[in-house]
Amino acid sequence: MKLLVCISQTPDTTAKISFNADGTAFNPAGVQFIMNPYDEWYALVRACELREALGGTVVALNVGPASNETTIRKALAIGADEAVRIDANPQSAAFIAKQIAEYARNEQFDIIFFGKETIDYNGSEVGAMVAAYLDLPFVSYASKLDLNGTTATLERDIEGGVEVLEVDLPFAVSASKGMAAQRIPNMRGIMTARTKSLKEIPALPFEEAVNIVAFTMPPAKAGVKLIDPANMDELVRLLHEEAKVI
Amino acid sequence: MVLVFAESPRGQIKKTALQAVTYGKKVADLLGTTCAALTVGTGAGAEELGRYGASRVLQVSDAKLDQFDSQAYAAAIADVVKQTGAKVLILSHSATGKSIAGRLAVLLNAGLVSGVNSLPTLNGTNLQVKKSVYSGKAIAEYDISSTYKILSLMGNAVKQEASGNPVVVEKVQADFKGRIRVKEVKTQEGRVPLPEAEIVVSAGRGMKDPGNWGIVEELAETLGATTACSRPVADSDWRPHHEHVGQTGIAIRPNLYIAIGISGAIQHLAGVNNSKVIVVINKDGEAPFFKAADYGVVGDLFEVVPRLNEALKKYKASNH
Repeated sequence: MKLLVCISQTPDTTAKISFNADGTAFNPAGVQFIMNPYDEWYALVRACELREALGGTVVALNVGPASNETTIRKALAIGADEAVRIDANPQSAAFIAKQIAEYARNEQFDIIFFGKETIDYNGSEVGAMVAAYLDLPFVSYASKLDLNGTTATLERDIEGGVEVLEVDLPFAVSASKGMAAQRIPNMRGIMTARTKSLKEIPALPFEEAVNIVAFTMPPAKAGVKLIDPANMDELVRLLHEEAKVI
Repeated sequence: MVLVFAESPRGQIKKTALQAVTYGKKVADLLGTTCAALTVGTGAGAEELGRYGASRVLQVSDAKLDQFDSQAYAAAIADVVKQTGAKVLILSHSATGKSIAGRLAVLLNAGLVSGVNSLPTLNGTNLQVKKSVYSGKAIAEYDISSTYKILSLMGNAVKQEASGNPVVVEKVQADFKGRIRVKEVKTQEGRVPLPEAEIVVSAGRGMKDPGNWGIVEELAETLGATTACSRPVADSDWRPHHEHVGQTGIAIRPNLYIAIGISGAIQHLAGVNNSKVIVVINKDGEAPFFKAADYGVVGDLFEVVPRLNEALKKYKASNH
């Protein structure tokens, strides 16, 4: 069993987001960075569980600069056997997908895991792109993944429910809540992570079709209008006449 | 031409598909071209998409596409894009759309912006378009320079608008292959799915006990709303997991979000802060959710919620 888990580094959920003066770049000052939660809690942990049950290798892959190595070491501490970092400052999902696909093309992975989306760009694009480059089936937002021989049974979140499906190895999957439970790395994991292989490979050139022109902040809320709890007729009137939502 | 992929799972055209066609028509107007809609599978009723601005409606009427396989769907849609000469493809940013958008971008060598929430502008032959990033904490404007361009539209970002008449459905052939076998689709009957709901009534730990949810369901019933809940409530199995909205649950964008007994942790806000209007009912006036709210009621939810329900019933009786 050879499993690839693609991990991103993102600003912490609670980070205050700001940009440089002309609004063209994210301002990392004072921001704590973390492993993208869905990559860590669901994709990586489920891959480790499958490896523990069936044997094999879990490879954690990140496309990013050397400063991401703390996050990559965390993936090794949680249970990945080895890691690869494709050295780049990625500017788009399309760039990242191309790098992952070119690395994975000759590695014969049985399953390629992604988180359902990253919490910075919220695009949910990379998994489907990698699957396209490698001509693999792709299951998105999977909340359950069981393997029986070379056939996987998955549950996928759809609007208002779930879809149950089967697919044969190899395939690509993005993980949502339910696929696994978050693991906190233990001291032994943290110690062994230091000696595990973390290979750096160069990025390939890529022509961007999409560029970010500017970042702006959403319009500030006007501030909450407090309504007397004894007067719900007033709230109904405001929802109808002012907000026009009922 | 602008081509819109209109989702019709199990033969039912989705509300978000009508929104995507409405949006596609406006993009076509901007580009001085026409809008066509595409459905896949054997479902009937696609001619209705003409009402929302599609001047042509195409259908890959193949029973193998009645079940969803992202690989098969993307191949079929890409084939139709090439056959029709469409240069802009519009998708919904839905479970289906997210499964195929990236794949279509690779197949068509297209620039993709997923989760857009407003109309693009034209910059020469490039399109510029905005989307919400950092889980709703910022907005990014993108420039797409490729020949083929793909936009996926957030649910409820535009309202569906009937502007035309039904058109005759043209059957088209497309090449595709798929390897996924769908075994079962389990959905809640009789409820608008959360990502499509215009009004959502959501409750949290302030409810104290799962047995207390009657007042929330009654309020939802009066409003024609879909019910939702916060993470601790779903994690305690007080409510089903598919009701969980927030960062790890579902991100939603209703016109009206009523939060009852939810403090408003940042992870919860990340899933609901794109709602047009937010009402917060909480006995703790210091709850962080009030900072993100439009209307707030500081009071005991067990008194306020039934009172709000009565006020709504009275309003409905006098206005309808």
